[in-house]
Amino acid sequence: MLRLPAFTMERPGTYAEAATLLRAHGAARGDLTRGTPSLPVMLVAGGTDLFPNMKRRQFTPRVLISLGGVADATGIARDKSGLRIQAGTTLTTVASDAQVRERYTALAEAAVLVSTPQLRNMGTIGGNICLDTRCNWYDQSAFWRGAEGFCMKTHPEVVCRVAPSSPRCLAVASADTVPALLALGASVAIQSADGTRTVALADLHQEDGIAHTKIARDEIVVSVTLPDATGWRSTYLKQRDRGSFDFPIVGLAVAVKRDGARVTDARVALTAVASRPQLVADAAKALIGGSLDEAAIAAAADAVHKAARPMDNTSGTISQRKRTARVFAERALRALAA
Amino acid sequence: MAELSVLGKRLPKVNSWAHLTGSAKYADDLFLPRMLYGRLLRSTQAHARITKLDVSRALAHPGVVAIVTGPDMPETIGIMPSVQDETALAIDRVRYVGEPVAAIAAIDEDTAFEAMSLIDVEYDPLPPILTIEDALREDLPKIHEKSRRANIFKEVHLSFGDLDAGFASADHMRDDWFFFEGNTHAPIESHSAVASFEGDGKLTIWTCTQVPHYLHRELEKALGLPRAKIRVVATPSGGGFGGKSDPFAHEFAACLLSMRTKRPVKITLDREEVFYAHRGRHPVKMRIKTGVKQDGEITAVHFQSWLDGGAYSSYGIATTYYTGALMTVTYRIPAYKFDGVRVYTNKPPCGPKRGHGTTQPRYALECQLDKIAVDLGFDALEYRKRILQPANSRTVNELRITSMGLGQCLDELGAKTKYSERHGQLPRGKGVGIAGSAYISGAGLPIYWNEMPHSGATVKLDRGGGVTVYCGTAEIGQGSDNMLASVAAECLGVRPEDVHVVSGDTSLAPVDLGSYSSRVTFMAGNAVKDAAWKLREWLLDAASERLAIPRECLVPADRRITDLRDPEQFVTFDDAVVLAEAKHGTLSAAGSYRPPQGIGGGYKGAGVGPSPAYSFQASVAEVSVDLETGVVTVDRITTAHDCGRALSPANVEGQIEGSAYMGYGEIMGEEQVFRGGLHKKPSLLDYKIPTSLDTPELEAIIVETIDKEGPFGAKEAGEGPLNSVIPAIANAVYDAIGVRFDETPITADKVLAALGKRDNRGMPKDRIGPEGMGDGQEAANAALRRLSFTTEAREKKKANA
Ligand SMILES: Cc1cc2nc3c(=O)[nH]c(=O)nc-3n(C[C@H](O)[C@H](O)[C@H](O)COP(=O)(O)OP(=O)(O)OC[C@H]3O[C@@H](n4cnc5c(N)ncnc54)[C@H](O)[C@@H]3O)c2cc1C
Ligand code: SF4
Repeated sequence: MLRLPAFTMERPGTYAEAATLLRAHGAARGDLTRGTPSLPVMLVAGGTDLFPNMKRRQFTPRVLISLGGVADATGIARDKSGLRIQAGTTLTTVASDAQVRERYTALAEAAVLVSTPQLRNMGTIGGNICLDTRCNWYDQSAFWRGAEGFCMKTHPEVVCRVAPSSPRCLAVASADTVPALLALGASVAIQSADGTRTVALADLHQEDGIAHTKIARDEIVVSVTLPDATGWRSTYLKQRDRGSFDFPIVGLAVAVKRDGARVTDARVALTAVASRPQLVADAAKALIGGSLDEAAIAAAADAVHKAARPMDNTSGTISQRKRTARVFAERALRALAA
Repeated sequence: MAELSVLGKRLPKVNSWAHLTGSAKYADDLFLPRMLYGRLLRSTQAHARITKLDVSRALAHPGVVAIVTGPDMPETIGIMPSVQDETALAIDRVRYVGEPVAAIAAIDEDTAFEAMSLIDVEYDPLPPILTIEDALREDLPKIHEKSRRANIFKEVHLSFGDLDAGFASADHMRDDWFFFEGNTHAPIESHSAVASFEGDGKLTIWTCTQVPHYLHRELEKALGLPRAKIRVVATPSGGGFGGKSDPFAHEFAACLLSMRTKRPVKITLDREEVFYAHRGRHPVKMRIKTGVKQDGEITAVHFQSWLDGGAYSSYGIATTYYTGALMTVTYRIPAYKFDGVRVYTNKPPCGPKRGHGTTQPRYALECQLDKIAVDLGFDALEYRKRILQPANSRTVNELRITSMGLGQCLDELGAKTKYSERHGQLPRGKGVGIAGSAYISGAGLPIYWNEMPHSGATVKLDRGGGVTVYCGTAEIGQGSDNMLASVAAECLGVRPEDVHVVSGDTSLAPVDLGSYSSRVTFMAGNAVKDAAWKLREWLLDAASERLAIPRECLVPADRRITDLRDPEQFVTFDDAVVLAEAKHGTLSAAGSYRPPQGIGGGYKGAGVGPSPAYSFQASVAEVSVDLETGVVTVDRITTAHDCGRALSPANVEGQIEGSAYMGYGEIMGEEQVFRGGLHKKPSLLDYKIPTSLDTPELEAIIVETIDKEGPFGAKEAGEGPLNSVIPAIANAVYDAIGVRFDETPITADKVLAALGKRDNRGMPKDRIGPEGMGDGQEAANAALRRLSFTTEAREKKKANA
């Protein structure tokens, strides 16, 4: 078996303690642009993303701060602003929650499509939001990457293997729940030793395979909030090679709000076709004000097709994934129109 | 013969309990006192000279106990003695990324892991050879100096009947190219071995091997330790499929490290290493030229295959011959020419995977037959039935056919799936396809030349009524222990669960050649039957004497020997044993099996192909193609399989279903593919073996032909049923979208390309597959010229001699 590198584990009881520990262990000095293995300290929730990565030496933190023992880390609660899901809630819980299934269907559909039942029992929604980007050249063992000669994501002095002239890493955003959350208008509460801030999820990720979120190294995602969903319907479609296990090679979420036949609001979100999950504004624009007819659907699908810019670093091919993004947009919208 | 009391019944598998409860002890579950943990350092280069290998820093690392490298085991080793080209660990030269270079034993895995980075190794890279086309070029470096021409490992040319006359008399010709992509076994249990060298100078290795006997021989050679001092124990297996039937570096290394340290040493491969150990399905490029009469009767077949063998020979000689040998056993072929070439490339060695060497050409042939059926306007099922090779016949390449149930298989399938009514009638995007195939029930010849039995068994009865079977077979999950217990129980009139089976142990059990080529039921079944039958005779004598009833009236069954005419008249099995032991002394008998002579031809190269009996099977696949995303879903696979007699019907069905799922994986997504010598997908996340959600509905139909030489009529069931599944799916996809997939795997991207939907400029195609050798026509012609040139030169030389 591949072995984990040596590390010590802290088990704080509260987010505040966790934030203090992060700072104490020098998290703020962590700088992904010096290569992913350079981070001195990291958070771990379910560990389903981080531990395999550590076995492959993509990350070699000396200290892990576990969020497993944090009070109130889990739970789904409804309040006046909508539905709040604590970051440590497992994907199994999210997928099976009655309110999520009924009112935030896309999220339930996305959560249940993540990897396998075992991993969903461990994996958390917070971990999913912070999921590392993926790439065929990067998600390999240390031996393999050594034989290849490494790449920019772990070794800044080396080129990107996918596009050697690229100034940045093109690794792919691969979390299933994020496009669903984007389509549902989620915001995220983030805590650090300095306090708590709330940001729209749409502003959290950025088009960079290395520094793919704007969460500082000493910050913790504590919850995600979904606004009231009255009048909204949503769905998520995922393309992958097999019926289980596999990361998305296209992920598309759609949410539309209608008043009678008229679409009053809409959001279309895409993942696994770029380094960040994205809201496709032009697709939403094509839908709002119309009646989800074939012309509107075609226009929205065109916008999705244009926004999908996959690279050749996942399973499947560029043209297949680009085409599938369009087909999914059509299918998802037709399903919601029905 | 009286009715069978055990065989053919649906009884629980005897060794399933330990597996079901998790108590089975796999090699990696073994922990011995003072055990050390080993790891292999592997080459990071596809092709290179080792210019420096210095282990001193690693050896000085605290916790490291010993390190061995290539020169410590200089003997060449390999499964086939005639073409050994490997050493246990690389010496001076590495030939693929992942080739083992050194082995470390340390007090724990972490230490061994850390110490690997302290081994100083430097390489002087050589240009890697990565394709069949490049391997055929004379101007590139040789991977093995022994290759006489280019990087060719083996070239075979065989011709039977009058090919020219056959083609001349044909009314219709087809000439098609195919490519079958390489893939691997992906057993869920990774390879593992524990070796322990004891103070008395004896070495024991517990390892999940399919071939304890062959490993025994190679250990003797590599370690320089007499075989009498070595014991090989095959541990319960978490899957083999051919991937554990070579001797492996980690086995040699664990043994030598144990000999050096006088401590037990365990080496368990991680998942990625299993992809490097490989020995799986060869990528094969193929060309078939077939002539047929107006009524479909085949007049001649010319088959050419180019096998990408990877860096070493493994079973490559056999694989090469197998691509050609079994083409003739299913349908009448009066004239047949076979040209096969296996080349070396700088990739992990290919070897035997379920269906060994026959899977790729069978795919090509059955796809081509489907095309012929379309060309001539035939129903593909009926067409196959009309051209069947008859039972009890000889093929044009002199293979002896005994029982032959392909016709029954096709009938059963037709009735079950309504193939003929549905083919061509389903809406666009839905399709149904059919294909037939065959496989050997063990090879007629052993891997090293000898005249001894292929399988030996002893059966011992003890006074308490205990029955023990000793046989060197390797139980790899296929059910061979259950088979041994059931055959012995049938002969002796007890129940399978009464029988103790001692298998896979070179010290305790007589030799069986191993679990490969679907030989175990046929050969070990006959061996154990031979042994148990001798004891049965003594028991019947004793019972006859005691009951004063003639022997002919007695039957052993259900732990009694009973008068056929009067069930009240019986001796219990236990009593019969006591009576027999009093009369004959200790009750033990040996039996053995060797395939009959004369089941193949006498020509050079006739050794591969003959089998005492062939299994036959046919599959119908039903598919749905998403015309927008290109995704193909296989909805259902029905396979009818002629296994002679199903000794354990549940087990036969399990093998048919397992084969169907594996064949499905091979055509729908699995690929052992490389980029610049580096494996593209060495993990179970990226290498797409099907999950339970992907596997189609499976239905297994057993067809029995009661083979006259098989044990109680049985033939093989473990491999053949894979072969028909793959072309059946390709043919079903054609029915669904009118596109021929003359290349595996069938991916969504290729479907979109064929439908003209890959990009804006896409033009629909009616076929996905190679046009010839090489990518461009020029390269193809050059490669062909090269081949015909070498063939001609060879023949000229032969004529001159
Ligand atoms: C075989 C396999 C298949 C998979 N398939 C899929 C799939 O199909 N779709 C998919 O989306 N995912 C998939 N995953 C990835 C993973 O299982 C999920 O994304 C899961 O939700 C991650 O959550 P976790 O709690 O296990 O994260 P962890 O592994 O604990 O953490 C992941 C990252 O997030 C950070 N982190 C975790 N929690 C927080 C927090 N509260 N605040 C700030 N940072 C945090 C960690 O430091 C780490 O960098 C797969 C994983 C495997 C091993
Ligand atoms: S996209 Fe380029 S830099 Fe990023 S992980 Fe892949 S190869 Fe490395």
